[in-house]
Amino acid sequence: MPLTNSLRDDILAAVPSLRAFAISLSGNADRADDLVQETLLRALANIDSFQPGSNLPAWLFTILRNLFRSDYRKRRREVEDAEGNYAKTLKTQPSQNAHLEFEEFRSALEKLPQDQREALILVGASGFSYEDAASICGCAVGTIKSRVNRARSKLAALLYVDGAEDFGPDETVRAVIGGSGG
Amino acid sequence: MKDLKSQASKSTTPGKGGLTPEIQSRIGHQLRAMYDDVVRQGVPDRFAELIKKLDAPGGVSQNENGAGGSNDNNGRD
Repeated sequence: MPLTNSLRDDILAAVPSLRAFAISLSGNADRADDLVQETLLRALANIDSFQPGSNLPAWLFTILRNLFRSDYRKRRREVEDAEGNYAKTLKTQPSQNAHLEFEEFRSALEKLPQDQREALILVGASGFSYEDAASICGCAVGTIKSRVNRARSKLAALLYVDGAEDFGPDETVRAVIGGSGG
Repeated sequence: MKDLKSQASKSTTPGKGGLTPEIQSRIGHQLRAMYDDVVRQGVPDRFAELIKKLDAPGGVSQNENGAGGSNDNNGRD
């Protein structure tokens, strides 16, 4: 559809969550903003292919995710100071404890396989349905569900070890958590 | 999001994937806190200006935008 004012407003309204998604994926604020910019340019250049009435945020997230994937492959070997850059994105300084907890969480999130991390963020933070997340990632709904579950289990194991010990005899979960088999 | 909330509130026994509702809700809370920190920053000027400039599809090429990148840092902390 043509780029109407209202469509432009909708795109603009999606920018804050696109940035949040990009930062969660890349762990790097500068790179994230470059990704968002590239996403917007691609979206606007291809606006004719956007179906009116379909999910605009999902369409934009798909573009960003695909860009990140190709970018990631290119830069995989680069060493970067993700931690320092991420801290710079925060306007308010969290209290010492909250900050520590936050850093732990962020670093645990970065330990997840990329597939799991993006699924968890899309469903757990961006608020997409499993169906939308599946369409963004180009996979089946069941795949997204299982990635989200594995991501949660792994985060729990990394962050809340006490809780992880109480887990039931679920083989999948055990495999995800320990690998050591106890 | 919906899923995290409903699983956390419905029961006190470990939910799907063997996670307790407390842990599920803690993960959900931290995930959203991290995400919303960025969302609350709103739209940086560089993006607002970029979109404003584009009046018509195909109106601005990627090259033009690349060249205009020198303003990019003005609106950032």
